[in-house]
Amino acid sequence: MSEHEYTPKSKAGKWFNDRLPLLTLGAHLTDYPTPKNLNYWWTFGGILTFCLITQIVTGIVLAMHYVAHADLAFASVEHIMRDVNYGWLIRYIHSNGASMFFLAVYIHIFRSLFYGSYKSPREVIWIIGLMIYLLMMAAAFMGYVLPWGQMSFWGATVITNLFSAIPLVGDSITTWLWGAYSVDNPTLNRFFSLHYLIPFLILGLVVLHIWALHVPGNNNPVGIDIKKPSKDTVPFHPYITIKDAFALLVFMIIFAGFVFFTPNVLGHSDNYIPANPLVTPAHIVPEWYLLPFYAILRSVPDKLGGVILMFSAIFILFVLPWLDTSKVRSAVFRPIYRQFFWILVIDVLMLGYVGAMPAEGIYLVLARVGTIYYFLHFIVVMPVVGYLEKTDPIPMSISEPVLTGGAEPSLARKVNDKV
Amino acid sequence: MIKSNIKLLVLSFLLIISFRPLQSAEMVDPIKVDWSFKGLTGTFDRASLQRGFQVYKEVCASCHSMQYLSYRNLGEPGGPEFSEQEVKAIAASFEIEDGPDSQGEMFTRPGKPSDKFKSPYPNIQAATAANGGAYPPDMSVLVKARKGGANYIYSVLVGYEDPPPGVTLDDGVYYNKYMAGNKIKMPNNLMDGLVEYADGTESTVDQMAKDVTTFLAWAAEPELEERHKTGVKVIIYLVLLTILVYLSMKKIWSRIDTEV
Repeated sequence: MSEHEYTPKSKAGKWFNDRLPLLTLGAHLTDYPTPKNLNYWWTFGGILTFCLITQIVTGIVLAMHYVAHADLAFASVEHIMRDVNYGWLIRYIHSNGASMFFLAVYIHIFRSLFYGSYKSPREVIWIIGLMIYLLMMAAAFMGYVLPWGQMSFWGATVITNLFSAIPLVGDSITTWLWGAYSVDNPTLNRFFSLHYLIPFLILGLVVLHIWALHVPGNNNPVGIDIKKPSKDTVPFHPYITIKDAFALLVFMIIFAGFVFFTPNVLGHSDNYIPANPLVTPAHIVPEWYLLPFYAILRSVPDKLGGVILMFSAIFILFVLPWLDTSKVRSAVFRPIYRQFFWILVIDVLMLGYVGAMPAEGIYLVLARVGTIYYFLHFIVVMPVVGYLEKTDPIPMSISEPVLTGGAEPSLARKVNDKV
Repeated sequence: MIKSNIKLLVLSFLLIISFRPLQSAEMVDPIKVDWSFKGLTGTFDRASLQRGFQVYKEVCASCHSMQYLSYRNLGEPGGPEFSEQEVKAIAASFEIEDGPDSQGEMFTRPGKPSDKFKSPYPNIQAATAANGGAYPPDMSVLVKARKGGANYIYSVLVGYEDPPPGVTLDDGVYYNKYMAGNKIKMPNNLMDGLVEYADGTESTVDQMAKDVTTFLAWAAEPELEERHKTGVKVIIYLVLLTILVYLSMKKIWSRIDTEV
């Protein structure tokens, strides 16, 4: 990975490192040359790692007190809130932590979209990241079922019922998922099991995500290839670690604000009503971070069509590196794409909003327009704009933002020749 | 450029949000009460909690359970904070079923502080059957389980009215301005002077509604005071640490030519 050889100073260190080069790995991580112009949008990788660890640690403690049984789950959550020492704090960190996790991951994903971080040679980082995102959604959905409140139960019913749209085998698959003929105790048990498993899968993928990142190195706001190490880079420690720490602390202040002062504002009040299979809530809504996809699902009058479209909305992101035809990474130098990027951001926010509203009238119209634009953005706008757009001149290096050569031009030169 | 884009973004989002659905005619927003437990440093009014418990015990408890609370909670910090003797006396005033004993028989005994609040009915079905087919919900987390929280509970308690002309109600159904759908199976149980407060406070309907709602808000979030206190400390600590880390960051990055 890095070009320089590392030799531990102490004899014992050398003896150990010859057998398992953990110290070399540590040295690689501290010295890792990082572009010096990374802005604060780049601090969310560290923040997300913090979120994952927080969820795992609080989750392990919660699991010591939680009872995964349809008759006892709701009461065991109240037991955690009332009788476990600081149980309320641990649970509120965990439940709000899920929201903070998604907030951070959405910023992380849109940062990648803006600066073209998914493009060659970083496609594998992007794809692993999407796999993490998919697993996060699965973990969050199953976690929301565990308190066994009304939204838990009916959310689980709606989402598992989606699989019944599959032709021929749909009903059998749904029954198999439930382990019963409806969402019931076996469903709760398996969701708990999987909810405990998935974070560790995510942790493994995070290791791969970072490994894949350390092969080409970080993209940067200018989006050009840089020579590493050079005057364009800084060692990861202390420069990036201290900056990540600062950003993380700001993030934690917001996080603490939710946990201590409005711990239930992101949840639905119906989830404090114990699950009742005989009473359907007036509006079944998922957690906020799944709302855009819920809006896409409901925008199609046909159940199977809606399901296909909803899953396509996620899976289309996997082929994004090949849909984007532009040779320039960063939207900073792409005046046309940049406008479309912000339209996409508004589009997704709008889909999220109408996802929380009843699927009728103006909301249904907005959901349909939003869904169509979402797909147009990836299928039409990205390839076409990439071909037609006249990009702004690109600097040769980070240190010299003017076009005077130097550093490693590679990508920059190619594009400037075209311009 | 990015700044103006963000402005545009925020503007359009606000525009979308402002497309609120026309409020359906009969639904009324709950009354906004200036609760003492609101805000970043909000605490419960101890006297109001004790009065609220009295209203609960004498009025609500004949139909509504509060199964997740224990009598000991009444003496814990941040709650009504009855004295140890008072808590023991309150608990002992209830006959609790226990057992089985060594003969396999169930028996009753006076309650202890560690017992859960005694429920008025043995199960949901019995409660439903005894109340005209409407289950009086368990009140342990009721304030958290209703949109609008304490404001909504208070509003429903004082929101009984004669039905407007043209609205006919079945037997055992009452008209309530704030209830979703305006129909409620709980009769208006609060009347001026219904309970005799130990501290001499005049028991108007409004006073009782406020007191019992305060009590229910505490029951739903018994950790509220500790949460607020800890939260203020945590935020102060984090802000100070953030400032220190920010200054360190500035110092470290001053070695190179790039701004952070």
